[in-house]
Amino acid sequence: MRLDTFKIANKKFKSRLIVGTGKYKNMLECSKAIKISGAEIVTVAVRRVNISDSSKPLLMDYIDPKKIMYLPNTAGCFTSKDALRTLRLAREIGGWKIVKLEVLGDKKNLFPDMIETLKSTEVLTKEGFKVMVYCNDDPLMCKRLENAGASAIMPLAAPIGSGLGIQNKTNIKILRQQTKVPLIIDAGIGQASDAVQAMEMGCDAVLINTAIAKARNPFKMAEAMKYAVLSGRKSFLSGRIMPNLQGSPSTPIKGII
Amino acid sequence: MNKKNKIKIVVNGRVLTVNFKFSIKNLIQKLKTPISKVAIELNGEIVDKKKLNKIFLKNKDIIEIVHFIGGG
Repeated sequence: MRLDTFKIANKKFKSRLIVGTGKYKNMLECSKAIKISGAEIVTVAVRRVNISDSSKPLLMDYIDPKKIMYLPNTAGCFTSKDALRTLRLAREIGGWKIVKLEVLGDKKNLFPDMIETLKSTEVLTKEGFKVMVYCNDDPLMCKRLENAGASAIMPLAAPIGSGLGIQNKTNIKILRQQTKVPLIIDAGIGQASDAVQAMEMGCDAVLINTAIAKARNPFKMAEAMKYAVLSGRKSFLSGRIMPNLQGSPSTPIKGII
Repeated sequence: MNKKNKIKIVVNGRVLTVNFKFSIKNLIQKLKTPISKVAIELNGEIVDKKKLNKIFLKNKDIIEIVHFIGGG
């Protein structure tokens, strides 16, 4: 059987689970959970170096960027200007071109500011970045992002860190039909069944952070998510039966005594 | 200490006093920053890491040194 891989900006990946590296108790817990999850891509943030203590451990000491792809993210940016500055710096750290753009518009629910997001996508694409875009699940805005050159469309299932699961399945289904670049559910996954649903709807991948990092046992949840993504994907590919309100016996009637 | 030979710079929001003719490379060495794991900005412009020893700091320069940390 042909290996079921997917491509982002011409780079091939086997795992359809992308995980965040935030909110863990410590870096050891984070690196262990990532290993268990089988993820090949992890999101990372750009922040100031601690100049008063150079002995503090760095993320790169725990997660080797040569083995797992770092996906620099603009988490916490509320303007296009800040997001562009962050990603240009990220590129400078290690030559990263594939980045995740996230321009937030609301401090409470962390919904994306789609106008700023679209503007940033246009600029970054022109600068040669391959931009994976965190966005709302609005099909029109998602189409605009794709037309602007986005390398992946990453609609939220629900607010970041909320764990509510996919709130607007209709929109995700419409997005699946119209999106030609990878469609990745980003934000709002709470449990394994949410990830299964996303994959069964035909999404190319899911991005999970809080649901794993803040689970009572992050390692077990990392494993659960790994299998959820595999299971959902297989279910999608296998061609499900049509739902039917009538029953249909699993055992033949012939030969009944 | 001769104050005339000193300049004040701001690194990651903190004021540091360094010698006149202090390069960014000197700064990186002083802070023991692992250069391959960071990016540097001088007054809002990204600094080419190959030219660190050629860029000398001026009074009131603002430097940002960033790296990757855990995030969503």
